[in-house]
Amino acid sequence: MAKFRKKKSGGSQQIDTSALPDIIFMLLFFFMVTTVLREQDILVDQKIPQSTQLQKLQNKTLISYIFIGKPKNTSLYGTEPRVQANDVLISSPEIVQWVNQERDKLPEADRTSITISMKVDKEVKMGPISDVQTELRNADARKVLYASTKKTEID
Amino acid sequence: MAKSKNRMGNEINAGSMADIAFLLLIFFLVTTTIASDKGILNVLPPKQDPNVPPPDIKKNERNIFNVLINANNDLLVEGEYRRTAAGLDKDFKEFIMNFGAPDEDAAALFNSFPASLQSQALRKPDSSDHPGEAVISIKTNRGTSYAVFLEVFDLAKKAYFDVYSERVGLTSDEYRALTGDDEVSKALQDKGKEGIPMAISIAEPDKVGGN
Repeated sequence: MAKFRKKKSGGSQQIDTSALPDIIFMLLFFFMVTTVLREQDILVDQKIPQSTQLQKLQNKTLISYIFIGKPKNTSLYGTEPRVQANDVLISSPEIVQWVNQERDKLPEADRTSITISMKVDKEVKMGPISDVQTELRNADARKVLYASTKKTEID
Repeated sequence: MAKSKNRMGNEINAGSMADIAFLLLIFFLVTTTIASDKGILNVLPPKQDPNVPPPDIKKNERNIFNVLINANNDLLVEGEYRRTAAGLDKDFKEFIMNFGAPDEDAAALFNSFPASLQSQALRKPDSSDHPGEAVISIKTNRGTSYAVFLEVFDLAKKAYFDVYSERVGLTSDEYRALTGDDEVSKALQDKGKEGIPMAISIAEPDKVGGN
């Protein structure tokens, strides 16, 4: 009887949880490192369409983002799709100037290979997109990435 | 009794550490949006000089695969009405790989293909001569939904990537993941593309249904 009690009080049955915080901290650090705190507010709706043939760009520094969609604040900006670059809504003619500003931020050797990632809301029609593309052609920033997420295929 | 109390006091209770870490973890899990720079690449044509008229390119009608998407998101594929874009990738692929009237270079290109690709050439006289000539043309209205346009563009890309990847014996996903940074992947990439330019033309939308 005494022997039995001794074994129980030894506590060898309990799982050692002292490493648990370490594991959780490791996960925590992973997410802390991968988190990109958004430095800009997105003022337009962004429901990115899905597609299958995605490609990843190697050099992230060459990418500049342009957001197109219906403004979130419709009472202020109306319901027509607008273009957002950096943190302001701009009109089409200003795109050339914006591209040149973005290009000036890059090292000289990379300036020709600037890529514009167009994050376009699903609901947008082709008209505004075509206008933006015409301006990008005028600014000679012809590499465009239609931002998109992976489509989960149902077979 | 006093002895045991003393020993207990020296140890910091680390039991709640996991809870604190969990709390932080959940916070970051919720706020994280893993930045994705994935998408579909497109290179726009150069700016057109208004003083120079656009080059008059004579191309046989059979070498152009026309896809029209109107403001109601209906499709007109080579003169035929379609409600959805489903299955369009197969048509694109058949069109690219048709080899209706290959010239010498194209015949050599054809002979360099693996047998599985060669068997896909339908040799229809009313479809493209060879991949070097074939052009997929996508035309939209201003009122066409971007999502539908992207779907069609995606399928056109899929057709080309299927051909490239089949040629070098990879899956389409593996081929697209090639970076071209090192020599091996660059060689594979070039081998897939060689002689088959990705010719997807996006026409300027006309003014129907938009603003």
